[in-house]
Amino acid sequence: MPGKVVTVTSGKGGVGKTTATANIGVALAATGARVVCVDGDIGLRNLDVVMGLENRIVYDLVDVIEGRAKLRQALIKDKRLPELNLIPAAQTRDKAAVSPSDMIKLCNELRSEFEWILVDSPAGIERGFRNAIAAADQVLVVTNPEVSAVRDADRVIGLIESEGKGPGYLVLNRVKIEMVKRGDMLSSEDVLDVLAIPLIGVIPEDETILVSTNRGAPAAMDEKSRAGQAFRNIARRLKGEEVPFMSLDDNHNIFRRLRERLGGNNRSGG
Amino acid sequence: MQDAISIKGIREGLLVTLSDAGTWGDMSEALLARIEESADFFRGARLALAIGPRALGVADLSNLRDALSERSVGLWAVLSDSPATMNGAQSLGLNIALPSTLPQADAEVETDPEEARDCAVLAHRTLRSGRAVRNAGHVVIIGDVNPGAEVVAGGDIVVWGRLRGVAHAGADGDEAAVVCALDLSPTQLRIAGHIATSPGRKGEPRPEMARLRDGHIIAERWSARGKSPTEE
Repeated sequence: MPGKVVTVTSGKGGVGKTTATANIGVALAATGARVVCVDGDIGLRNLDVVMGLENRIVYDLVDVIEGRAKLRQALIKDKRLPELNLIPAAQTRDKAAVSPSDMIKLCNELRSEFEWILVDSPAGIERGFRNAIAAADQVLVVTNPEVSAVRDADRVIGLIESEGKGPGYLVLNRVKIEMVKRGDMLSSEDVLDVLAIPLIGVIPEDETILVSTNRGAPAAMDEKSRAGQAFRNIARRLKGEEVPFMSLDDNHNIFRRLRERLGGNNRSGG
Repeated sequence: MQDAISIKGIREGLLVTLSDAGTWGDMSEALLARIEESADFFRGARLALAIGPRALGVADLSNLRDALSERSVGLWAVLSDSPATMNGAQSLGLNIALPSTLPQADAEVETDPEEARDCAVLAHRTLRSGRAVRNAGHVVIIGDVNPGAEVVAGGDIVVWGRLRGVAHAGADGDEAAVVCALDLSPTQLRIAGHIATSPGRKGEPRPEMARLRDGHIIAERWSARGKSPTEE
């Protein structure tokens, strides 16, 4: 079966596209699936840093497209997870070095070798974005529970629809359940009310993400990380499993949770 | 392949009609070849492209526009029966209809401006941020108008859904124009030259109609029973 191309995009910058790509890649590879992450952010590459593979880059995406390197030479194998691979972006070039048809060609080559091809899109809706979604079979739209990020996600979903790439699936990142409870932050219901696309994951705000990003070891590798768990759930949902959304409550007091459940206002996510 | 391309002059420039035969790649290559053959004729031309039912994405259209502009040909309209193509063309800022007539491009048929005012455009989809629907007559939307989207009509605007973007009715100065929505909470509402923002809403949304009264935009609740809406 040919592999599936999943593009991770958002419109707005800084909402967690690269973090999501790296973590979902790790989580899929941990299940034994053959995974390649492709950094589509040419000129501002980050995925290699988040995945901790920066020092192993010899050839990059543009080298492959321009014929200076074979695909196999640009693939970097993650030593921690044998099924995880990366194709890094070029840092010294810009988005114009790649066209949508180049990306389609590249992804078609990758499809025969990998089960999952995750494409990390740059922020924005210009050339880099169009390159990143050109080959997509499925699109994940990452947003944060804030009005500006939701507005940009809405714009991007409209563009994805007009490309005929389906409505996309929503990843709601950096949710602080305490703020949602106080009414100071948009809830996942508020966000879905505007965007009206299927939700595939809710990631709680979690300090382990920052630490793991700086260390180059995605949180999904850490069994204890709550955000990592949420990303592992997304990976399972991508594979078609029905996974219930986990409770985002920090409070593990069983009585309080029981009371909330009886009260009928138990918020959940995951 | 070249027979599949017909070119004729219209008031707005050149109308190029492509047949549905063959792949889009072949067809666009044939078109570019044709343009290169008579480069002098095409230089500086404004092109409206009729592509029938073919479904094209934004990438296809923008690639073609780039290729045409390299040959000093401007693409300004794409006429198609495919909603995907129309969406794509719209998001690139291309026109999807010739100004005077909708389906046929015969410049002889002049539309009466009075008649155009009575025509309505129906969009059966949700307008997401960045999308706009404009019409000299009325506009009817079945779906939501999200924040960041825009509806501009010379006449009335009806939204069978939630209106949360910007709506401008009576854009040519018609002060009798109205805006109706099942949930009327626009970012900004304009009728003719008047502008209003939505007050914060309490409780469940109800269908409302906004109109001008004594120089102010007011929203009245629509009720299924009473003939005259109750004023709020």
